[in-house]
Amino acid sequence: MIGKQEYQEYDVAVIGGGPGGYTAALYCARSGYSVLVLEKLAPGGQMATTALIDNYPGFENGVDGFELGEKMQKGAERFGAETVFAEVQGAELTAPIKRIQTTSGEIAARSVVLATGAVPRKLGLSDEERLSGRGVAYCAACDGMLYKGKTVIVVGGGNSAATDALYLSKICKKVYLVHRRDSLRASRVYLNPLKKSNVEFLWNSRITALLGDQQLAEAELEDISNGRKRRISCDGLFVAIGRKPDTELFSGQIPLDEYGYIVADETTKTALEGVFAVGDVRTKPLRQIVTAAADGATASHYIEEYLA
Amino acid sequence: MDFQKEILESRRPVLIEFWAPWCGYCRRLAPALDRLEKEIGDVVRIVRINVDKEPELTRQYAVNVIPSMILFRNGKGSEQLVNPPSQASITAWLKEQGVALD
Repeated sequence: MIGKQEYQEYDVAVIGGGPGGYTAALYCARSGYSVLVLEKLAPGGQMATTALIDNYPGFENGVDGFELGEKMQKGAERFGAETVFAEVQGAELTAPIKRIQTTSGEIAARSVVLATGAVPRKLGLSDEERLSGRGVAYCAACDGMLYKGKTVIVVGGGNSAATDALYLSKICKKVYLVHRRDSLRASRVYLNPLKKSNVEFLWNSRITALLGDQQLAEAELEDISNGRKRRISCDGLFVAIGRKPDTELFSGQIPLDEYGYIVADETTKTALEGVFAVGDVRTKPLRQIVTAAADGATASHYIEEYLA
Repeated sequence: MDFQKEILESRRPVLIEFWAPWCGYCRRLAPALDRLEKEIGDVVRIVRINVDKEPELTRQYAVNVIPSMILFRNGKGSEQLVNPPSQASITAWLKEQGVALD
């Protein structure tokens, strides 16, 4: 029923079915290599949760992220790439033949593309896990509607916090934006609309505790400038403090930077022979769908060189 | 749907997913849930509940983040499983809840 399978040895194994992973798969399959993509959920990665993408070229009216993910999968599979839906549990990447342990069995491959992307970063508070789904949320576009007419807090100061606050201000009775500095890092596109909205800014503040029995009821805030603490009643708290690369599985084998990103330059080559890192998981200045896709193409170039 | 008869009085465990069409994470989860249903549907019935169409049930079971799952057995609902990151994590959670899947 939930069995392990036997797999052939592949030229290329891609871990992660987002835009970086499927572009690498497309290019490698098109060059005649056998390619397997390992995806734990659905094609598209983070992109798949975005309903309208306006900054991927070629779609004059924007494109649905989920559909774009499916198209990327189909595009790669048209040239023979295969997809296995399984969760990766371990990987041995140092030897010439790489081995990847998954919930669906072990995969062997001559080269590996790490395209695991990133996940929302957590606050790291003791009651966060317990209240997650009980008021504590990580995706305003996903869960915002459930807080219609209620009071919510958004934590963060970057673009995602700004867009979340703006979005929620249209739905919720009251939105607080809590940020540890005295100004936002967010792009100018968001700043003016935010100033005109009903969002109340709580600067120089950080959340120090989440309170509530069955359900989040209050958040404790500390004013960083003087250490004073106070509590704010809220129904929901949206965490938008950035993303964390999904690299824990590889941390012992491959150099990561201080934030956990896999160290690789524009060639996508990592410190390990035959192992490449593409998309959000790699150290890079701009994390976008189009730069992830570009990484995938670049990786295929160096994979060809490596496998030759 | 007759919730009392189909869920609470069901002899087979029922896994309910609370979702909505506008929820991005729900869409990502949908194919995994479809695959899971093919694999274990004979042991666990999977039911999808649209929170917009069933506000009463959504309130009653205190669902305020989606996708969330609750396992119903012998008329009782479990703790919620919120936004599972993979199909495998749903299977592992079901086993933790005591569902025999192997």
